[in-house]
Amino acid sequence: MPLTPPAEPDPEPKMNWASFYAVISGVNRHSTGIGRIWLSVLFIFRILVLVVAAESVWGDEKSGFTCNTQQPGCNSVCYDHFFPISHIRLWALQLILVSTPALLVAMHVAHRRHVDKRLYKLSGRSNPKDLEQIKTQKMKITGALWWTYVISLLFRIIFEVTFMYVFYMIYPGYKMIRLVKCDSYPCPNTVDCFVSRPTEKTVFTVFMLAVSGVCILLNIAEVVFLLGKACSKHLHNAGDSTMGAWIQQKLSSF
Amino acid sequence: MSWPALYTQLVGANRHATSLGKIWLSVLFIFRVMVLVVAAESVWGDEQSDFTCNTLQPGCENVCYDQFFPVSHIRLWCLQLVFVSTPTLLVAMYVAYRNHRDKRKLLQVAGFLSAKGQDEELETLKKRRLPIAGALWWTYACSLVFRLLFEAGFMYALYVVYDGFQMPRLVQCDQWPCPNLVDCFISRPTEKTIFTVFMATTSSICMVLNVAELVYLVIKLIDRVEKKLIKTLSF
Repeated sequence: MPLTPPAEPDPEPKMNWASFYAVISGVNRHSTGIGRIWLSVLFIFRILVLVVAAESVWGDEKSGFTCNTQQPGCNSVCYDHFFPISHIRLWALQLILVSTPALLVAMHVAHRRHVDKRLYKLSGRSNPKDLEQIKTQKMKITGALWWTYVISLLFRIIFEVTFMYVFYMIYPGYKMIRLVKCDSYPCPNTVDCFVSRPTEKTVFTVFMLAVSGVCILLNIAEVVFLLGKACSKHLHNAGDSTMGAWIQQKLSSF
Repeated sequence: MSWPALYTQLVGANRHATSLGKIWLSVLFIFRVMVLVVAAESVWGDEQSDFTCNTLQPGCENVCYDQFFPVSHIRLWCLQLVFVSTPTLLVAMYVAYRNHRDKRKLLQVAGFLSAKGQDEELETLKKRRLPIAGALWWTYACSLVFRLLFEAGFMYALYVVYDGFQMPRLVQCDQWPCPNLVDCFISRPTEKTIFTVFMATTSSICMVLNVAELVYLVIKLIDRVEKKLIKTLSF
């Protein structure tokens, strides 16, 4: 999936998301069509938007957080009280954790390839052409790979939902307030503190949550699709063989 | 030289690693280096500029910051990641040495082959995957032990320097030139605590993976020695 990131003044963090993309998109070859759509949505509407837009909105979150007091330290303490962890960091962690189950599939595919290579060598077909073919051949999502794939999808859904829940727990309502009232030490009495860019932050929060919801739906659709495919395959096979033979076939495909 | 360059070096050396070693490398780069660069560095970015003390005395903030933060978490983690990655290069060096030695042997023995035949043999030599036995086993096991020592050492150092993994909101400082005892406030202490705990957890996971890999290597060795004994005894 070709993706050219726009030019950025600071190459270091972008390099890491780009190399992360290279690692994750390698798994793409063994995904279903819905899986590829999910990956594109993840990279274009979440990671790219995070890096290109959201990070600059939250960039001045601490320096722009002003409290109506001259008491030193009150700003820091109130900021820490109302923002235990920044939205940007939560989203970065969410994106990293949500992408990693795909690596389970990559590991399984590598393992299968290794086993196939060994079988080829044992059966005498060890010329470089055959071994190259194993590397480039697309694995079918059947047997144990089907289970690995479905488990990775379930983990993805669990991580997404967990992060959305954590988000809701820390920042109830998804809306960024303009004004917070703070009375932690060393603030004298109750002090008004103003959050920087609350409306822009609300817009991006709602956008990121909406895309997160879309990704959850895509993952659920992919699980349903895989289940449907597996069921239809077994029904088709059960049509012309007995139950025992069906079980035997299922076992032999693992 | 940057993190991606280190990654390329390690991936090359990783060809001779076990599956656990490959998992360890992924955990290292995705959950530690990536999180460090993408998230943690921006949390600690304003650690000194936003370190505020309740005083107008010039120099007091600098001195207090220096007293409570001798080495920043970010620098400790960068050093930890660099040190923990380098034992793998021991293995890469040994493999390079073996390849060089075998290449010399091959060139001596296969002098009768055509230039093309020789090139093909050299290519297979470069691309082959050495089994983890003999001296390579010892090199690999040593590299695992060093990795464990570095991980544990750095985690202990972080724990000792910062009195645990929690970042306090307020520290009290009375270094010269601060007048009497002064309250100093640390920026984003909760977020820093969360990331410190996260990095400590991933460090522990990496240590567990290394221990598991070591146990696996020992079991493989015992297995091989047993097979050899059975073979010699059956003759």
